[in-house]
Amino acid sequence: MADTKCTPTVAAPGAKATTHISQNEGLIFELSSRGKKGYRLPPLDVPEVDEKKLLGKSAREDLGNMPEVSEIEIVRHFTRISTWNYAVDHGMYPLGSCTMKYNPRINEVVARLDGLAAAHPYQSEKISQGALKVLKTLSDYLVEICGMDAITLQPAAGAHGELTGILLIRAYMESKGNPRKKILIPDSAHGTNPATAAMCGYTVENLKSDSRGMVDLAALEAQMNEDVAGLMLTNPNTLGVFDQQIARIAKILHAKGGLLYMDGANMNALVGKTRPGDFGVDVMHLNLHKTFSTPHGGGGPGSGPVVCKRILEPFLPVPVIIERPDGTLGLEYNRPESIGRVRMFYGNFGMHVRALAYIMANGADGLRQTTEDAVLNANYIRKKLEGVFDLPYSTPSMHEVVFSDRLQTGKGIKTGDIAKRLIDYGFHPYTVSFPLIVHGALMIEPTESESLEEMNQFIDAMKQIAREAEENPDVILTAPHTTRISRLDEVSAARKPILRWKPQAQTAAE
Amino acid sequence: MRYLPNSQADRELMLREIGVKSVDDLFAPIPPEYCLNRNLNIPLQWSEAEVYDWFRARSAENGTEYSMFLGAGAYNHYRPVVIDSLISRGEFFTAYTPYQPEIAQGTLQSIFEFQTMICELTGMEVANASMYDGSTGAAEAVMMAVRLTGRNSAIVARSVHPEYREVIRTYAKHQGMPISEAAFAGNGRVDLAALDRAITDDTACVLIQSPNFFGTIEDVAALADLVHKRGALLVVSIAEAVSLGIVRPPVEADIVSMEAQSFGIPLSYGGPYAGVIATKEKFVRQVPGRLVGETRDRNGKRGFVLTLSTREQHIRREKATSNICTNQALIALMANIFMTVYGREGLKDLAKQNLAKTAYAVEQFGKKAKVLFSGAPRFNEFVVQTSEESYAISHRLADKKIIGGFPLIKFYPELGNASVWCCTELNTREQIDIAAGEVK
Repeated sequence: MADTKCTPTVAAPGAKATTHISQNEGLIFELSSRGKKGYRLPPLDVPEVDEKKLLGKSAREDLGNMPEVSEIEIVRHFTRISTWNYAVDHGMYPLGSCTMKYNPRINEVVARLDGLAAAHPYQSEKISQGALKVLKTLSDYLVEICGMDAITLQPAAGAHGELTGILLIRAYMESKGNPRKKILIPDSAHGTNPATAAMCGYTVENLKSDSRGMVDLAALEAQMNEDVAGLMLTNPNTLGVFDQQIARIAKILHAKGGLLYMDGANMNALVGKTRPGDFGVDVMHLNLHKTFSTPHGGGGPGSGPVVCKRILEPFLPVPVIIERPDGTLGLEYNRPESIGRVRMFYGNFGMHVRALAYIMANGADGLRQTTEDAVLNANYIRKKLEGVFDLPYSTPSMHEVVFSDRLQTGKGIKTGDIAKRLIDYGFHPYTVSFPLIVHGALMIEPTESESLEEMNQFIDAMKQIAREAEENPDVILTAPHTTRISRLDEVSAARKPILRWKPQAQTAAE
Repeated sequence: MRYLPNSQADRELMLREIGVKSVDDLFAPIPPEYCLNRNLNIPLQWSEAEVYDWFRARSAENGTEYSMFLGAGAYNHYRPVVIDSLISRGEFFTAYTPYQPEIAQGTLQSIFEFQTMICELTGMEVANASMYDGSTGAAEAVMMAVRLTGRNSAIVARSVHPEYREVIRTYAKHQGMPISEAAFAGNGRVDLAALDRAITDDTACVLIQSPNFFGTIEDVAALADLVHKRGALLVVSIAEAVSLGIVRPPVEADIVSMEAQSFGIPLSYGGPYAGVIATKEKFVRQVPGRLVGETRDRNGKRGFVLTLSTREQHIRREKATSNICTNQALIALMANIFMTVYGREGLKDLAKQNLAKTAYAVEQFGKKAKVLFSGAPRFNEFVVQTSEESYAISHRLADKKIIGGFPLIKFYPELGNASVWCCTELNTREQIDIAAGEVK
């Protein structure tokens, strides 16, 4: 229900968002009552069994507080709570580095085709040729897009791809007699990079960025030695800046026997324009959900294929897809140097289907145009908001742009407050407080999916908020005003965690 | 390009506003020698109809309408249609990780409900918002036990899914974490005496699966007793979630690592699935992955937020509990809807049908071949030892549009010509009779 208190003074004037029907809805457990059913099983065509006799003391007594509701109640419950979510389908979702682009509907349809959606991972190769063809075709296209030699589709997410990629480097180094000790990571890196290196048994050494937001070559020269297994570089980095010295970085690493890992999270800025394999990258992961439009789904599933140069191919996870002499496709497990397996089965196949459908629909020409539009859109927003918000790095932007809240902090307004106010204007906030090397960062990534009209509305909203910061800071500090609920107390949520529902009586008794 | 909203005129206007001549000026930071001056070697754009036809042909090649006796970590259960209907709402599938809770309450509340139901079903006190899948979840559970105990090695039962064991070995290898295996006894359960001998002062945890890879239900209470006496933790992996409808939950475990695929998630040739880690409240700060907690807004209204993030990679970087960053929110939502559809009564009814089908199949197969591990209870999977090679049987069945059991020769050569078969509510009596008729 709309909170009438907040209108009209604090509702954003001219904002895209208006309050609309948003029904309160309890938890599913609170809607439940005994004896309701949302299912019906077919009649049993084999003799009934006595579970107590079959299972003995392993038989279960009761299912506790599991809900009991009818089908219409289920449909309404999930439909109602869905209306509380902002989504790409509602409007611009400029989360920098998260790449919230349009999710084409054909992807969803083909992923649900019976022969693909109902295929068992252990069914014989003979009746898996269709699925294997999907995997092989996607593999070939991704290898070509990245300018690499080999691939695994097994990793389940970007961070899982990082883990796989660093394990490949480690296995390669071990095959040369020494796994080495360190991984270098720029201070502008994603938080998963250092955590990944640590999981692979490496110590992390931070690498300074220079005043342009790029790797400081002098620092790299000084830090690079034969204890370093590799460098994890996000390129374009988290400032949205392409590191122009990339080939020299690769040379410095290679000269001392190290390898260059590229975090491919921002690959949507490069597809069809340049290829990491060509500029010296040895191994990288791709986030299919970012670059190739598989839906983010509220936080997953992702998919994080890893592509690499020939030297790393022997170490790829098993199984790998091969073409048999008779032209059929198969899965090969006999790879003695493999790092092993990083996930059961073959990875998030449903996401592979979607990514391939996206690549086919775009084609080589469409992929290049998509990249160009993503970069064009980001630069348009940069141009229009420069001066309204502080631009800490003037280095050219690729697919995203990072501002800071420096011009607004004088009034006590921080990037998080501006983000909350943006909600009142009908937009999802940008990425708040990241990257860490920019104090009070506002990281904006429109993606290619935004039209000029949508971006102009966003730009107007940002400008209006900047004016409000001067004239009426309170309206920002108390935002959002148009949502079903206001700002939530995250501190007490962490201090006294309530991580599950319990029935009233039980809660009272505790 | 139909996914791109800007017209050529829009693009030109934007270029003028930016103050550059052409879009290539914006790519100037890329050194010219690395600019791709050709089309990628990928076909030019296809129409929607062409895309659809290509995938429809692949779908047909893959074979449809086979009846399925394969389980082995991926289970063929009926998926109520409301699942796809609801998860297809753009508000769910086109949203991101709920970093801005005021406009992400749908995802957050759904996850909170999911966490609650997982706790109810597993007998644990807290559950996370999902992991990649059962295999990586099991590996994360082992690493969690290492952090909790300060001990460094782990024992994994040989009756745990072979691919889970491979994943655990990959994760453990480079962290210098020794992994050993515990044998199974003649009844298919973990051999308690052998396990007792294997545990050392360095054993952080013992990981078992129940029902295990052979479908045998482990004696979790006895295992927990033994493991706890030696100061280690017990991790129970559950690959077939539907079993929880009728099998006593592993309440004695310290950590439960579950694969939720059975709860309405399509087989999809192996993924995406959803793992879960559930545990005791006292261990919550070592749980990897996302957690959703209840809180209040400024007006006292109930709401939900991502919480306890100090464990996570974006704050603790190389000291984080795990590098895991995504969860499987949309897949967890499928499981949430599935659990809601069946609910307190239905999950039991459903599990009971699975139990009955399996009991019937065991009886029929037992007439033609030897059913192993009959000394302990089982849920929906059973091992059949045949005189003939398993592949030969599967080959014959394929001609009748039946997908036979999973051959064990690769992972358990000591069992000879054995295969693990699975019956769910979707296997009819007629199919069971045909399949059993071909076994020898």
